[in-house]
Amino acid sequence: MAYSDKVLDHYSNPRNVGSMDKNDPNVGTGMVGAPECGDVMKLQVKVNPDTGIIEDAKFKTFGCGSAIASSSLATEMLKGKTVDEALAIKNTEIVNELALPPVKIHCSVLAEDAIKAAITNYKEKTAKEQAAVTL
Amino acid sequence: MKFPIYMDYHATTPLDARVLDAMMPFLTNKFGNAASRNHAFGWEAEEAVEKARKQIATLIGANAKEIVITSGATESNNLAIKGVAEMYAERGNHIITAATEHKATLDTCKRLEKHGYRITYLPVLASGLIDMDMLRESITDKTILISLMYANNEIGVIQPVREIGKLAKEKGVLFHTDAVQAVGKVPVNVIDDNIDLLSISGHKLYGPKGVGALYVRRKSPRVQLTAQIDGGGHERGMRSGTLNVPGIVGLGEACELCRKEMASESVRLAGLRDKLKAKLEGALDEVYINGSMESRLPHNLNISFAFVEGESLLMGINDVAVSSGSACTSATLEPSYVLKALGAGDDIAHSSIRFGLGRFTTDEEVDYVAQKVISVVQHLRELSPLYEMFKEGVDLSKVQWTAH
Repeated sequence: MAYSDKVLDHYSNPRNVGSMDKNDPNVGTGMVGAPECGDVMKLQVKVNPDTGIIEDAKFKTFGCGSAIASSSLATEMLKGKTVDEALAIKNTEIVNELALPPVKIHCSVLAEDAIKAAITNYKEKTAKEQAAVTL
Repeated sequence: MKFPIYMDYHATTPLDARVLDAMMPFLTNKFGNAASRNHAFGWEAEEAVEKARKQIATLIGANAKEIVITSGATESNNLAIKGVAEMYAERGNHIITAATEHKATLDTCKRLEKHGYRITYLPVLASGLIDMDMLRESITDKTILISLMYANNEIGVIQPVREIGKLAKEKGVLFHTDAVQAVGKVPVNVIDDNIDLLSISGHKLYGPKGVGALYVRRKSPRVQLTAQIDGGGHERGMRSGTLNVPGIVGLGEACELCRKEMASESVRLAGLRDKLKAKLEGALDEVYINGSMESRLPHNLNISFAFVEGESLLMGINDVAVSSGSACTSATLEPSYVLKALGAGDDIAHSSIRFGLGRFTTDEEVDYVAQKVISVVQHLRELSPLYEMFKEGVDLSKVQWTAH
């Protein structure tokens, strides 16, 4: 299978690889997929609590080249977006940007799931904290 | 060094130049039909085919009359299994094979199941070997055939063929072996191993594609087959169709070269394979060999790099031609059924690479490939959340994954 130049670029020079402290209240962590399915994505966002803007995003992915590229691209798309804008990101944007073939669409779906999981995790944390403050 | 480096000799092998030299006259002016009995063109072709038949037979300790030419091992397996099933239908309807067989065997058996045959698919041990006790217990008075491969195409594991042959003979059951990966690579002898039917492929032993053979025992017992292709009654009625003379000449020559060079070639390749293994294991942690190292083809290494997905690894070593058991490299999105049958777990199957070394593999190439694989695995592990968790001491088998 031939890979698009963009997939190859993200594979060779992945953006924003790494991990942030998952106990930081401003960090949301999402992990989706399963080893036996051949892909696991961990995506993290760091949100500025005052502005609600995603200031940093990091990923680590076990998966094929398209899965790595999808999550690498996702971190780029997330930075600078508000939490709600991030939730509106659709997998089709990733498919188009990376020119993924039909057999690799599931990689973009997984990236969208990872974004949603990370944001949800962040929101849950903030809600808990606020609840704690109210008490 | 020439790029890309070819290390996928289980998939196919290049045609040896000496084989091409032997074939060339039959691709040009010696074009006769081997079945033309009334002129020199036919005699010349027939003579060449008979010489090749002898060369093929000699490599496996058979008689030339026991060699049926086919289009390749898929056809040989089909002919052996369906041919026996049909011919011996009155004696029984039970066939024993194994879960790690090639699709040419498994799908042939599946088709027979639809026609009322009963098939036992033996599981394999973690080593990839079948359990002889289980095989013995699986044989019933309805069993007509045991079909087990000599050496596996993915993991290179060599089955205890001699023991299987002995047991089959004791029980009066025919024994077919798909020996595509073994013939010409390790000594194979149909007499010593009590093999009744044996499949060979030309392009797996430096011969041409589109030609193969089926050994069919003629004495004690005399094996009979129902032809699966009808026509002019070629190959003693077992396989009709005008003989592929240049292909057959090539297969014969390839067999003769293997016979002469196998002993030294297998030692050389085992040395290179062991060096590749040592380098990878020396530089990387969490590396697993799939299948037995003790009972294995000398030129095979099937290895899993835990926490790294196979296709992404192939992408990183794109100047090296190898195969992966990863689902992402297959059309079905299912990881290798052979590795799954070893009970290794899907994650290990997804992380596997098959290295197949061969006649033209050099020491320099092995060094390059080892270094390249090491650096790509290291790169991908830096990206791998699983490797990170493993390093943090997380038991990955206890994590609640969100399967998709």
